Amino acid sequence: MTDAVGNITLYEEPALPARGSRAWQRFRRHRLAMGSALFLGLLLFTLLATLPWTSTRYDAQTLELNRHPPTLAHPAGFDTLGRDLLVRCLFGGVISFSVGLGAAGLSVTVGVLWGAIAALAGGRIDNAMMRLVDILYGLPYILLVILMKVAFEQPLTYLIGDRQIASIVILFIAIGSVSWLTMARVIRGQVLSLRETAFVEAARAAGAGSGTILVRHLLPNLVGPIVVYATLTVPQAILQESFLSFLGIGVAPPVPTWGSLAAEGVAAINTVTSFWWILFFPSLFLGVTLLALNFVGDGLRDAFDPRTAN
Amino acid sequence: MKYVLKRLLQAIPILWVIYTITFLMVVTVPGNPFQQADRQIPEGIQRALEARYEIDNNWRYYWQFLAGAVRLDFGPSFQYRDWTNSQIIADALPVSLTLGLSAMTLAIVFGVPAGVLSAVRRNSWLDMGTLVLVLIGVSLPTFVTGTVLLLAFAMSLSWLPVGGWGRLDQIVLPALTLSLPFMAYITRLTRLGMLDVLGSDYIRTAKAKGIGRQRVIWKHALKNAFLPVLSFLGPAFAQAMTGSFVVEKLFNVPGLGQHFVNSVLNLDRGLIMATVMVYSALLVGMNLLVDVLYSTVDPRVRLSE
Repeated sequence: MTDAVGNITLYEEPALPARGSRAWQRFRRHRLAMGSALFLGLLLFTLLATLPWTSTRYDAQTLELNRHPPTLAHPAGFDTLGRDLLVRCLFGGVISFSVGLGAAGLSVTVGVLWGAIAALAGGRIDNAMMRLVDILYGLPYILLVILMKVAFEQPLTYLIGDRQIASIVILFIAIGSVSWLTMARVIRGQVLSLRETAFVEAARAAGAGSGTILVRHLLPNLVGPIVVYATLTVPQAILQESFLSFLGIGVAPPVPTWGSLAAEGVAAINTVTSFWWILFFPSLFLGVTLLALNFVGDGLRDAFDPRTAN
Repeated sequence: MKYVLKRLLQAIPILWVIYTITFLMVVTVPGNPFQQADRQIPEGIQRALEARYEIDNNWRYYWQFLAGAVRLDFGPSFQYRDWTNSQIIADALPVSLTLGLSAMTLAIVFGVPAGVLSAVRRNSWLDMGTLVLVLIGVSLPTFVTGTVLLLAFAMSLSWLPVGGWGRLDQIVLPALTLSLPFMAYITRLTRLGMLDVLGSDYIRTAKAKGIGRQRVIWKHALKNAFLPVLSFLGPAFAQAMTGSFVVEKLFNVPGLGQHFVNSVLNLDRGLIMATVMVYSALLVGMNLLVDVLYSTVDPRVRLSE
C-alpha cells in the first residue's frame, strides 16, 4: 500500500505491540487522514503502473496538436509543444515524488543521527552541535537551496554522467540538506528524555554500547516523530522544487515535474486566449497531492501524540 | 538591554560563518561573469578583468570582501556597469521590505481573527470556510495562486494592474499572493492555540466572574493563544522578505529577490554574497526582535539564558 500506510503496518510487528497498534487504531479513526492515505496509495499505484508507458512517451510531440484543448482520448489536452499533458503529469508525478521522498529520506537520516548523537554525547559536543543547528536556522534556506543547486550540479553531472539524473539528485540533496534542522531538534529532545528511562539504564547495565542502545532501544521509540516529520517534509520538498522550477532552475527539461508543468502553465496564460488546462491539470495534481500528504501528516501526529488531537 | 547587546554580539560570529559557507559555495561554481560561451574574450583581457575586479585570488578576495562588507561596501557590480552592489541593494531592498511587510500585515490582520472565530465557532460554515482558505494556502505554490488572482482581478475584472511597482494599487496583488501561505499558517496556529486555551481553567474563571464573552475571547484567551503565532512570526517575516522572489518575478516587482536569482544564474559572486549577507542579517535581527517581544507578551519568559 502507500508509503505512509506501509510504514504504519511496521509498528504492528511485535517489537512495539501496545503503543504502535494504538496509534494505528487512532489513525484509522481519523477519517480525513485515512482517506488521504488511500488516495495517495491509489495515486502512487497509478503513477508506478503507468511508468513503463509514460517514461517512453512523456516527450513525444505531435506539433499539429499544440495547445489542443482536452478531448475524451486526451483528457488533459496538449501543452504548448504538442505533448500529451496527462502523460506528462503522470510522469512528472513520479519525478516530483522522487524528489520529495529523497529529500525527506535524507533530512530524516541526517536529522535523526545529528539529534541522537548530540543528545547521547552530551556536554560540550552536544552544545557545539546544537549551536550549529541554531546558526543554520538563521540561514535564508531557499537561497541556500538555489546556491547549492547551481554550485554542485556540474560536479555531480560529471560524477554521474547523466545530466537529467544529476539535476534530480542535486535537487533532493539541496532540499534535504536544509530541512533536517527541526528533525534534529525534536529527536534530541526525545533522546534526552528517553536516556533517563529505566529500560535504557537496564540496557546500559547489561553492557550495551551507545550504538546498540541507539539502534536497538532508542530508534524504535522515536518512530512516531520520525514518521510524522518525514510525511510533512515530503510536501515541503515538492513545493520547494516547484519554486525552483518556476525560477528556471529545477529539473532539466524535457523531464517534467508537477512544479515545472504548473510553471509552464503560468507561462501559457495570456490576455487573448487562456489555455487554462495547461495550468489547471498540473496544479490539480500538485495541490491535491500536497493536501493529502498534509492530512496524512496531521493524522499521524494526532495518532502518535494524542495530546494534540481534539 | 544587556540581553539585546549580548545577542547582537553573538550575531557577529553567526554572520561570519554564513559568509564563509556562502563564499565556499560560490567559489565551487566554475566560471564567472567574464567567461561566456557566446562571447570569447582574449585570455589577457580576461585576466586583466579578473584582476580589475580582484577575483583572481580567492584568498585575498575572501578577506577583501569581508572587510568591505563590514563597512556595508559590497564592491562594484560585475553585471551592471557604473553600479556598486551596495547601490543595487539600497535600490531593491526597500521594495522587498515593503512587499514583505504588507504581506505579513495582511496575513496577521486576516489570519488571527479567522483563527479565533473558527475556534470559537467550531465546525460552523465559518470554520469550514477558513479551512478551505488554509488548505489553498498550504497546498498550492504561490505562482499558481498568484496567477489565479491575476486572472480574476487584473484580467477579467480589470480592478487592479497586472504588475509593476510604484503605485499603491500595484502592491495589492503581490502582497496578497505572498501573504496566503503565511495567512494559512497563522490561522491554523491561532485556531489550535485558541482551542487549547478556551478549555483551560482561567478562562472558566474569567467567564464565571461575569466578564463579557467577547472580552474573554479577544483579551484573555487570545493573549495566550497568540504566543505560538508570535514565535512563528520571526522566521515568517524573514521568509516573506527572502522568499518573495517567486512573487517578485510573477508580478515583475523590482525587488531584491530578482537580483539574487539573477546573480546566481550569472555567477555574479559579489552580488550573491551581498544579498545572502543582507538576508541573513535581516533574519538574525527578526529573530532577536521576536524574542524580545515574546518576553514582553509573556512575562514568564526571562531573557537571560
